[in-house]
Amino acid sequence: MGPLAQPTGSQRTHDSAPTSRLELTGINVAFGGVLALTDVSLVVEPGQVHGLIGPNGAGKTTLFNVACGLVRPTSGRIVWRGEEMRRLRPSQLTKLGISRTLQGVGLFPGMTVLENVMVGAHRHGRAGFLSALLALPTSDKDERLLRERAMRALTELNAEKFAGRYPGSLPYPVQKRVALARALVAEPDLLLLDEPASGLAEDEMHELGELIRSVVSRMSVLLVEHHMDLVMRVCDQITVLDSGKQIAAGTPEQVQNDPAVTEAYLGDAVDAEADAAELTHAEGGRTHG
Amino acid sequence: MDYFVNVTLTGLTQGMIYSAFALALVLIWRSTRIVNFAQGSMAAATTFIALALIQAGQSYWVALIVALLSGFLLGAVVERVIIRPVEGGPELNAVIVTLGLFVAIQALIAIVFGSSFQSFPTPFGVRGFEVGGSTIPLTPTSLYVIGSVLITMALLVALFRFTRIGLAMRASAFSQEVARLLGVKVGGMLTLGWGLAAVVGSLSGLLIAGGGFVYPAYMDSLIVFGFVAAIIGGLDSPVGAIVGGLILGLALSYVNGYVERGSALVSVAALVILIVVLLVRPGGLFSSTTARRA
Repeated sequence: MGPLAQPTGSQRTHDSAPTSRLELTGINVAFGGVLALTDVSLVVEPGQVHGLIGPNGAGKTTLFNVACGLVRPTSGRIVWRGEEMRRLRPSQLTKLGISRTLQGVGLFPGMTVLENVMVGAHRHGRAGFLSALLALPTSDKDERLLRERAMRALTELNAEKFAGRYPGSLPYPVQKRVALARALVAEPDLLLLDEPASGLAEDEMHELGELIRSVVSRMSVLLVEHHMDLVMRVCDQITVLDSGKQIAAGTPEQVQNDPAVTEAYLGDAVDAEADAAELTHAEGGRTHG
Repeated sequence: MDYFVNVTLTGLTQGMIYSAFALALVLIWRSTRIVNFAQGSMAAATTFIALALIQAGQSYWVALIVALLSGFLLGAVVERVIIRPVEGGPELNAVIVTLGLFVAIQALIAIVFGSSFQSFPTPFGVRGFEVGGSTIPLTPTSLYVIGSVLITMALLVALFRFTRIGLAMRASAFSQEVARLLGVKVGGMLTLGWGLAAVVGSLSGLLIAGGGFVYPAYMDSLIVFGFVAAIIGGLDSPVGAIVGGLILGLALSYVNGYVERGSALVSVAALVILIVVLLVRPGGLFSSTTARRA
């Protein structure tokens, strides 16, 4: 049985070759002697939403930046689609099929909403500089395709009516949707979301949750977020960081019931009080029981 | 009345050249937050290349195209080799580097082409058109100057507005980090930006040289005027640079034409305008005051 089963088994692992699996293994990051991350590992499985939570200063953003090449780890392995990324550079991200949003919105202020999203679709363009400069037909077609693609992304996020506006003239939640459209328009295999719910009202957050669940059929998502109810609702897996160390990992239920997590949140200073309150709230008043 | 029209047209023509030079400064400022003090000598260098070609028997137009192309190359190489190491560093470093480059290129021109005054041809006449028996103060040369600057600006607008490369260049100018995350090759865009800026700078150098004399430092006054024009416009705004250039061109032409011994006062007038703008509206006419901190 064993020897017979083996080929099929290895065949299957090869078939389901980690098309969009991100593996971070043993990541250490030191900033001038201060350890920001100590031996952190996580795997974002294809088609899943992986949450990254922890009190302020836990190292979430650092790990996030490691995943997109902005911070180079002191040691550790980053494996994307089965290949180790030794010198991951931010500008290669979209080509590798990875998109990220920024804390806040990070839209280009002097460009229209549509143009902002078009930059996100940039890697899909074909026409070279010369044909662009000489306004050759290829460049024209190229530009039109970008425009259409950007418009579709805006429509998906219900922001198409703002296409001609400048970001500064739009309400914050709309700007966040545009930023999301800009990340989605690149059609990534992995979407890195950095606090997408910050500054959103309750119902907008709900919409965001549904949106995240709806894109998972097309890509995996790594989500850094403070709003516990959103995290618990949309994530398949959660990794909890505290002081640069991984203190818990698992499904939302497992994480919620992990005493180390509760302690990390409650033990933290005033800053995390709101988080802690939300966590206990999400736990359904377990402390009373 | 004729005199007024004449002075105004002269001012507009000169202003167009200031606009082009200011635009070159603004393009570089927007993308790299560096004021390129070497812009003038870079343009002078390409003008001397054109002059050498013309003296060797080539037509003005061949010389023009070669000069603009070499301007692009010079701008790109300067960014890649000399500016890249100081980009994003302390502002003073970049200032010192571009000032050093300004002196070095000027000296190089003197070594290669000599430092004597040499006349530079213009492809069109400088006599006014005749309409109904009387001569109007519009000359073919001024039409050429205005037209070539307008065409160049239209091409730039088209590039920035309607092409993927232009989109990427604008994105890089607003935020290098964000653009990079979106897959824009920011380094390449900066090189391209410097190259294009140098083309526009070269054009202004060729235009101001036309029908006059060139020597290694002949661009020095244009640097001052172009810089003032850029500041009037707000240093951040291409449209501002163009309007600033036209305002300055007109103002200086009126000073020259109506003030007694005005020609001696032109440079002073430019600096007075600069000071007034900085006092009254330090952000320039076309940029929000908060947009400029440096």
